[in-house]
Amino acid sequence: MNPTDSKPLEIHDLTVAYHRKPVLYGIDLEIAEGTLTGIIGPNGAGKSTLIKAIMGMIPSNGGWIKIFGKPAKKSFARVGYVPQRESVDWDFPVSVLDVVLMGRYGHVGWLRRVGKKDRSIACECLEKVNMLPFADRQIGKLSGGQQQRVFLARALAQESDLYLMDEPLAGVDAVTEKTIIELLRDLKNQGKTLLVVHHDLSTAKEYFDQLILLNMRLVAVGEVEKTFTRDLLQKTYGGRLTIFTEVAGQSAGVKEYDKETDSS
Amino acid sequence: MKGPFRFQWSQPRPALAWRVGLAWIILFLCALPLQGEQISSQGDSILERSHRFLTLSDESVRMVLLGTILMGLSCGVMGGLVVTRRLSLFGDTLSHAVLPGVAVGFLWSQSKDSWAILVGATVAGFLGVALISLLRKTSRIRQDSALGLVLSGFYALGICMLTRIQKMEFGNQSGIDKYLFGQVVGLSSSDLWTMAFSCLLILTLTILLYKELLVAGFDSEYARSIGRPVDFLQYLLWLLLAFAVITSLQVVGVVLVSALLVIPAATASLITDKMRAILIWSAMLGCMAGATGAFLSFLGNQLPTGPIIVLVSAVFFLWALFFHPQNGLFFKWLAARNRNQRISLENTLKAVYQELESINFQKETTSVSQLAKRRRIGMPQAHRETDALVARQYATIHPVEDKLAAPPRPTLLSLTPKGWGTACRIVRNHRLWELYLTNEARYAPDHVHDDAEKIEHVLGEETVRRIERILSNPKKDPHGKLIPSQQDIDRGFIA
Repeated sequence: MNPTDSKPLEIHDLTVAYHRKPVLYGIDLEIAEGTLTGIIGPNGAGKSTLIKAIMGMIPSNGGWIKIFGKPAKKSFARVGYVPQRESVDWDFPVSVLDVVLMGRYGHVGWLRRVGKKDRSIACECLEKVNMLPFADRQIGKLSGGQQQRVFLARALAQESDLYLMDEPLAGVDAVTEKTIIELLRDLKNQGKTLLVVHHDLSTAKEYFDQLILLNMRLVAVGEVEKTFTRDLLQKTYGGRLTIFTEVAGQSAGVKEYDKETDSS
Repeated sequence: MKGPFRFQWSQPRPALAWRVGLAWIILFLCALPLQGEQISSQGDSILERSHRFLTLSDESVRMVLLGTILMGLSCGVMGGLVVTRRLSLFGDTLSHAVLPGVAVGFLWSQSKDSWAILVGATVAGFLGVALISLLRKTSRIRQDSALGLVLSGFYALGICMLTRIQKMEFGNQSGIDKYLFGQVVGLSSSDLWTMAFSCLLILTLTILLYKELLVAGFDSEYARSIGRPVDFLQYLLWLLLAFAVITSLQVVGVVLVSALLVIPAATASLITDKMRAILIWSAMLGCMAGATGAFLSFLGNQLPTGPIIVLVSAVFFLWALFFHPQNGLFFKWLAARNRNQRISLENTLKAVYQELESINFQKETTSVSQLAKRRRIGMPQAHRETDALVARQYATIHPVEDKLAAPPRPTLLSLTPKGWGTACRIVRNHRLWELYLTNEARYAPDHVHDDAEKIEHVLGEETVRRIERILSNPKKDPHGKLIPSQQDIDRGFIA
């Protein structure tokens, strides 16, 4: 199939519940190829959940997701995922290079060892994030920003077409933030599609060319100029959705639902 | 670290270590004996017994040694995988949870059939693990309580069943003690075959799935994202862990199996922080502990093999804890002691310099009592420090020739060129650093002394040169005292 025929990501009427609490409601989404899209929304709005649902890590309760025109389970090779930093055991005995090599596992396949070519690709990717001198270091002995850069190098080594990143800029220093944003733009210019969960409204406008405003349901999606407006942000972060969340909580048989979304 | 204490603990080359390990297994598989007999060694001397053990002339010795080594290997590798995932307590729980399964295996085969026991125990182990995750999913019980619950519940059930079986007609060989505390001499050849099978399975799957186990252990979400079946790998890990535990039961017993999972792996993670090296070290340490334990218990005649093996592993652990070249507590202590000695020595030299400076370098000697006064220490300690200077050829002492002075006569002290150089260097470091802090870092002059007291001992030549350049070769410190220069050091006195 010609890859230009199908969009990198299509979501139709996606609904997801976590422990019987609804988190995402009726999401419809289409992402065009070669775009850098930020996902913003308040805490508990379901940003990470959306990413995980796309990756097929949590089951959806309705709707469908297509990645390059195929179900998610069949497109592992074309999707690169950067999890949140907290999701990992940093004391695990792996070196920086080991972690980046994991980006090659999808290409190497089962029961086989990573080859010389994979090693050189991994080293190149480390070089791009300025972490090559640390290749032999145990991963836990790096600073937060350095760990995030290693995660990014691993994603680069994957050579995917669609990248899903969960807060790659959380808790990194200003220099690292700049490096990461430059890398993301590079990837975009190479024709890759990037979906990035972002927590900082003050930089969202500057960093991304598309935005997804999310608060349990899709508030808006599109060009930054059209979506980063007072009105839409108010809708996403403001209190107008209080009734919606309350009712949603009751409908799932849960009395008190996520205070964070209510109070913000 | 200097002198005799520095030795290299070379990292094993993975390929070589694997090959050696495999060679051992093959060697012992070839020597697999078919018939076991009780070790009877009453009346032998220790020398005779160690000869019998080391020449492997005894059938039963061969079996015991093979059993303990296979056990060390399986438990070492599985321990490495489990401990790095913070699942050591799971290993402990599993080892207790298999006990009812052992009993069921007995009942099923109506004899001590090791394959039936393996199957029964594996099923029981899986039931235990499934119960833990069920408890966590359906109730508010936390993981540690769930582990404790399953561990003790299954253990109690197992003991009751085994005690009952012991009283049945075919149960005479069951011997509940064997499973609780281990009895290595009771190993039969079919037990050994089971052990060899499970050990081989563990090694093969660990090598083949190394990559997958690594990524699932480090970052399971990511592993899922690249299409690796994380849950399947987890169950495989339980299965292999169950095999390792069950086949080790007869050697060390239920209570001590977890020690063999945890101790070699913990030792390995003290030695290295690479997964591959941890697995190799852990396997080797397990084998070594098994073999050494078997040997020692054979020598001791009455000593129980299982506990001895665990003790040997613990000794290995302590050894690594204290004597690992980089992380060992002993070497850290030694390095700290050396540093403290050096600092104390340098402080004494500095005091001598300041004493000489206070008399404008009119004389080349000062007395120990003046030194004591300046450093605010007692005479005995001042003498000790002076002796340390003399021993390292930083200074020479000579008794005062004044016959009129009452004993104890004051001792005079003068610096050797080496001592003079070091004293100048320390004073120079101190005053340069003070000047750097006041001029560049904008500290007040009365805030800089304490900091300089520490920094003076650690400033390297390189840093000193850079500070000199930044301050453009200053002559005086913030308090107006002269900074000794390189010429002063070469000349041997301040001009």
